[in-house]
Amino acid sequence: MNTKTGSVGIVAAQSAHFGAPLELRSGAVVPAYDLVFETYGTLNAAKSNAILVCHALSGHHHVAGLYADQPKSLGWWDNLVGPGRPLDTERFFIVGVNNLGGCHGSTGPSSPNPATGKPWGADFPMVTVDDWVQAQARLADHLGIDSWAAVIGGSLGGMQALQWTIDQPARIRHALVIAAASKLTAQNIAFNDVARQAILTDPDFHGGHFYEHSVVPRRGLRLARMLGHITYLSDDQMGEKFGRMLRGDDFGFGYGVEFEIESYLRAQGDKFAGFFDANTYLLMTKALDYFDPAHRYDGDLAAALASAQAKFLVVAFSTDWRFAPSRSREIVNALLKNDQDVSYAEITCNFGHDSFLLEEPQYHAVLSAYLGRIKL
Amino acid sequence: MNRRLDRPDFEVIAGWVQPGERVLDLGCGDGTLLKLLIETRGVRGYGVDIDDANVLAAIGNGVNVIQSNLDAGLAGFVDGAFDHVVLSRTLQTVHHTQEILAAMLRVGREAVVSFPNFGYWKNRAAVLGGRMPVSEDLPYQWYDTPNVRFFTMLDFEDLCAKMKILVRERQVLDEQGKQVNEEHNFLGSLAVYRITRG
Repeated sequence: MNTKTGSVGIVAAQSAHFGAPLELRSGAVVPAYDLVFETYGTLNAAKSNAILVCHALSGHHHVAGLYADQPKSLGWWDNLVGPGRPLDTERFFIVGVNNLGGCHGSTGPSSPNPATGKPWGADFPMVTVDDWVQAQARLADHLGIDSWAAVIGGSLGGMQALQWTIDQPARIRHALVIAAASKLTAQNIAFNDVARQAILTDPDFHGGHFYEHSVVPRRGLRLARMLGHITYLSDDQMGEKFGRMLRGDDFGFGYGVEFEIESYLRAQGDKFAGFFDANTYLLMTKALDYFDPAHRYDGDLAAALASAQAKFLVVAFSTDWRFAPSRSREIVNALLKNDQDVSYAEITCNFGHDSFLLEEPQYHAVLSAYLGRIKL
Repeated sequence: MNRRLDRPDFEVIAGWVQPGERVLDLGCGDGTLLKLLIETRGVRGYGVDIDDANVLAAIGNGVNVIQSNLDAGLAGFVDGAFDHVVLSRTLQTVHHTQEILAAMLRVGREAVVSFPNFGYWKNRAAVLGGRMPVSEDLPYQWYDTPNVRFFTMLDFEDLCAKMKILVRERQVLDEQGKQVNEEHNFLGSLAVYRITRG
């Protein structure tokens, strides 16, 4: 352990196989599946100190630490996990999992379809947040964890934490719902659809069966990521970081990369298109769009949350316009209506939706204060 | 704003809250009052505060706290959700005085309001001497005070009458936190009111 930096140090992924069929919300059945996951810290004898970290759109199980011999492989939420950090590995047993349908080792569209031997591709069934909770509950069984001390996630990850409290009320004691919403707005769905259209209309997509053509719908993925990335940042932050800065000395009067922001976005898009699976991206955005636990309760979120037994911490960020503080307040208000335990912190932070990934002092202090009070 | 030192008004407020009640503490500071009420009265409740340091401290104190601006009203709270809505030493910091009082009595059966009494003789003496008052209960300089409304007990009671709010009970304390039993608006440094809809 590298106690100097508070990092968990070198980590390794594990895998679990689930042989029992999983019936999905859509009615489709996944006959068997694997989930890759990582753990940090030690599960105590009472198995009462486990915290599940749920990932967002492009995340995965590698939450913290480094892989041996891969110095750039720092986990996506490393600043949160480790000795003395909010998710304190001296106290908690942290579990990160790659969701079903993902592209980082868990069964997903790029995995072989047992019926054909070829990659599932577009035939991989649509998975929803409910389905992920079900799959994660089986992982908890596999790890011998009856109830999570907490489930934490940002964005789509926060939605999973919220769904846990509804679907598995006895198995989650605290939900930390960060930069999330109880449902997407029309504007938010619209952004997702433009991203999907970019992928779906890429000639290299081949109806989702691009694997057998040995191509990747790189242009579509790249555009999807560029669009998404814009919405994860704030106008102010982009202005401060890039402004109207040019790469060269003057206008080139052409369509090449001229402004720094263009260069940045294209680099982000290229990087993403180089490793992320297009079908997974499509699935994840649909899971976001479909998420609406109040739907089955005539739109009454309080009714949907009425059976939850967990205590809640809801956190939003002032400049997050993709998952605005007002969306978090809807969750808070529903819990207030039910007289359920909830605290809400609205963090002043300039970095838009992506703030949840950053080490903002007030944000991390709030998480530490809340997690520090959890009884094990 | 709330100070974290001795808070004699907390004792008064705690005396008016019955065991097991539902309590909303507006401008809850670090959550000390709510924690006291939870521990001594077994209440259930929430605090509301806008300040980052207060929200952090309240979470650390293990009370439910909602970070929100009181001037934005109590939109997230449903009618009649609380037995008591507390606003301790905070009314003078709120711009929308009538709106917050009305909102408190919308979401709560009864409201408890404490505020520094501008009519306290030392405050009057300070102004007479040509200076804005600084005292135990008004511990700020004019240029750094969070207070935006300056009023006396008589002013507050006039507003209650205008808004058809009933004063159920009143406790007045001096700077040492001792009960004042006469000439309240002159000798009282801090006033604590129990009010309901008329």
